[in-house]
Amino acid sequence: MRKIGLTALSIIMLASLILAGCGPAPTPETIIQTQVVEVEKPVVQTQIVEQTAVPAAPAETSYPRNETLYVSGAAWGPASTWNPFQPGNLANTTGTIGYIYEFLFDYDPLSGEMIPWLAESGTWTDPTTYDVTLRSGLTWSDGEPLTAADVKYTYELGQQYAALWFSPMWEYLTGIEAVDDTHVKFTFSDPLYQEFENNLYNIPIVPQHLWDGRAEEDITVGANEKPVGSGAYMYETNAEDRNVWVRNENWWGTEVFGKPAPKYIVDIRTSSNNVALGMVIQGNLDMSNNFLPGVAELANKGYVQTYYPQAPYMLSANTAVLFLNTTKKPMDDAKFRKALAFAIDVPSIVNVAYAQLVKAANPSGLLPSLDKFVDQAVVDELGYTFDTAKAKQLLAAAGYKDTDGDGFVEAPDGAKIELEVTCPNGWTDWMAAIDVIATSAQAAGINIKAATPDYGAWNTELQGGTFDMTLNNWAAMSNTPWTLYNLLFRHPIQEQMQSGNFGRWENQEMFDLVDGLAKIPMSDEAGMKEATSKIQQLMLSEMPMIPLWYNGMWSQWSESTWTNWPKETTENQTLPTTWSGYWQLGGLQTLINLKPAGE
Amino acid sequence: MRRYIGRKILIYGLTFFLAVSIDWLIPRFMPGDPIANMLARASVNSTAAQVMHEYYTHVFGLDLPIWQQYLNFWNSLFHGDLGRSVYMFPTPVVDVLSRAVPYDMFLLLPSILLSWYAGNHFGAFAARSKWLDNTVSPIGYILTATPYMWLGIVLAWFFGIVLDQFPIAGAYSFSLRPNLSWPFILDVLHHWFLPFASLFLVGFGGWAIGMRNMIIYELEADYSRYLEALGAPKNLIRKYAFQNGILPQITGLALQLGVIVAGALVTEVVFSYPGIGYLLLAAIQNQDYFLIQGCFLFIIIGVLLANFIIDIAYVIVDPRTRRGMTGESA
Repeated sequence: MRKIGLTALSIIMLASLILAGCGPAPTPETIIQTQVVEVEKPVVQTQIVEQTAVPAAPAETSYPRNETLYVSGAAWGPASTWNPFQPGNLANTTGTIGYIYEFLFDYDPLSGEMIPWLAESGTWTDPTTYDVTLRSGLTWSDGEPLTAADVKYTYELGQQYAALWFSPMWEYLTGIEAVDDTHVKFTFSDPLYQEFENNLYNIPIVPQHLWDGRAEEDITVGANEKPVGSGAYMYETNAEDRNVWVRNENWWGTEVFGKPAPKYIVDIRTSSNNVALGMVIQGNLDMSNNFLPGVAELANKGYVQTYYPQAPYMLSANTAVLFLNTTKKPMDDAKFRKALAFAIDVPSIVNVAYAQLVKAANPSGLLPSLDKFVDQAVVDELGYTFDTAKAKQLLAAAGYKDTDGDGFVEAPDGAKIELEVTCPNGWTDWMAAIDVIATSAQAAGINIKAATPDYGAWNTELQGGTFDMTLNNWAAMSNTPWTLYNLLFRHPIQEQMQSGNFGRWENQEMFDLVDGLAKIPMSDEAGMKEATSKIQQLMLSEMPMIPLWYNGMWSQWSESTWTNWPKETTENQTLPTTWSGYWQLGGLQTLINLKPAGE
Repeated sequence: MRRYIGRKILIYGLTFFLAVSIDWLIPRFMPGDPIANMLARASVNSTAAQVMHEYYTHVFGLDLPIWQQYLNFWNSLFHGDLGRSVYMFPTPVVDVLSRAVPYDMFLLLPSILLSWYAGNHFGAFAARSKWLDNTVSPIGYILTATPYMWLGIVLAWFFGIVLDQFPIAGAYSFSLRPNLSWPFILDVLHHWFLPFASLFLVGFGGWAIGMRNMIIYELEADYSRYLEALGAPKNLIRKYAFQNGILPQITGLALQLGVIVAGALVTEVVFSYPGIGYLLLAAIQNQDYFLIQGCFLFIIIGVLLANFIIDIAYVIVDPRTRRGMTGESA
């Protein structure tokens, strides 16, 4: 017995060692092919696994390296739902929206243009009617035609089920008519143009012939396994740490946009960002959209590629805003808030906490892609920059003085000020940033300490309004400044603020301005500028929250297998990202532009 | 015998009830709202956010009074329904677990059984030689005192990074589809080896030390001396000593099971091995009540069942217990 046990053990150990010996196989070489026929020892066979780059022998069990795009950084958790209507963190299965399900339009934030996708064109025929013409020859991946009826069906799901996120649109949408197979007519009463046009590239169109007759629960929360859509890729398989997509050879868009080069896309969820970094450097991962702190150094040395060859290396993706809880003292005092804005050392956040991977935000909070809506005159007059002396001076002028001699100011009524700035634990970049916020505020005499509760506890404080001040960046890149201002000035103030205005700043004038902006047609750029100028004026004089920096669209890639990635210096400038919700912002175009290395 | 087993079953039943109740209760003490976390980042307008929050709370049955939730929990538990995972919504927890459990079995069974078997025999063997005893005992002590997680990190660093011979994360390569073929099986074993080795080594050290001490003690016992005086062959004496020495090791195995399972959980986290431990970490981070319950339920059932089997095995292995029981029931 004992002998058998030991023998078994040694066999296992030996087997593992043999495996180890041929495990990493650093550089794929064609010599291996000749070995394949020699013997049937396991040694050789494992080598086949590692040699997937050899085009002549693509084993059926693995994805050929030269036809496969490996990406990471998009998935927050294991794939669990392919329901394109699942909101927020539930959209774990990145690619469902974009690869599988498509939109009427895409939007290119770099050029600021709507790109007709399923639609050929869309026009406002009068202020309450919007006509969409679909492209002809659209098909679902099962071969059925995609028609106006599918578009009507999808939008009407929102009317039927209040639990779908776009349901509130039906407050001003009065009807949809499928005029013929390729024409859809939307009619409105008092439309929120900004939201509607934003939804044009955010509501995924689903096939009526497969969705009709599903129960409410299947539509609202169902997993929608084996999804059938109209997009360039189809579902292949998934596991805890990966999603695999295979190209739709019959995609309608091949003729319009071109055929994406990668046959397979393997979307990896790496166990840590360092693993992703190692894989990119080795060329085993083509693009990583993880935040990797030291990437500037690696980009300078040419180990990885980034959008900009020098700082800030990354495009800006969203604005990190410091929300101040205006229901608490002293954050209810605009003068205190203003002084705080001057006290925060944003240059150190950019240069130290982020090692130059981000840019300081414009005080208006708008991303560079929307800078035409920034009224620079207002910002110059009312904006803020890091200036400790100025902060001290503003504090003193507002009556905040150090009366007990502990080095920190007290409120004008003599009350001690002890505040906390928070972010979720484990978000290392933000943790470094709030440390900078706390130290620089202390230098100006404001007693702020950094604290990092668990994500769950942080979220409860955020939405319940019990925090002092905290970071948030939940406004996605958008075609309209309304998206950001809708986050910052969400109203009415409720017991739980689930999606904006976490500091509960109550100001009817501002709420009216944002509501007014929502009702300006997208074509009326002058009107929008006028509205955003007023918003910025009020925001910067009251300073209810402080935009600090732009979080980057983390993206670093290797050109060992795929080339023609978007760069500032080249012609094709699209977003190099796989994040959920960014495929329709030019991510797909990036994919279509890729070329195999060596061509 | 029947009375013994009956009593054991009663105790195990009670333990199960209490453990599962605590398992249900603990996650609900966590601060935070899982539904809010789940829906966070959905930048929808406030009316939609409110409606969706209520809708999802209802889907999870979290809008019911707490006692009702508790009763529903037991009710659905007996129907084999552990609810839906929040983290991997809308997958049922049973499905999530059934995908993870094979990995745990694959890791735990070989490491527990092999380390126990090999450790005991090696310990008995080491006790015989002064040279081995002097070199191996200290190593054994170090190994058994090593936290699983730390050893895991050291192995990953040495074999994975320095020697670059073993993958340090995942269950199989990203370039493979699961299938029954040699490359895939070998790849799976390749990924399995390091987590297995860290569990095996810690266990091995502990059992070897335990057995070595037992053997030395047994060889000093009166019956060994008597056998020796009678001129019995050394091998026979050692055989008896081993058979006596193994008994406390069986009890030890029962006592250690919980620790080993906990060790496997952290080891899985270190190696991103997709078993229960890895799942549990994600579940806790996402306040996934149902998945946390499910993971612990699996651990509770596993440990209780294994203990029960060891209890029964003990009766079979040790004739004295059997005799004691018949005497008791007579």
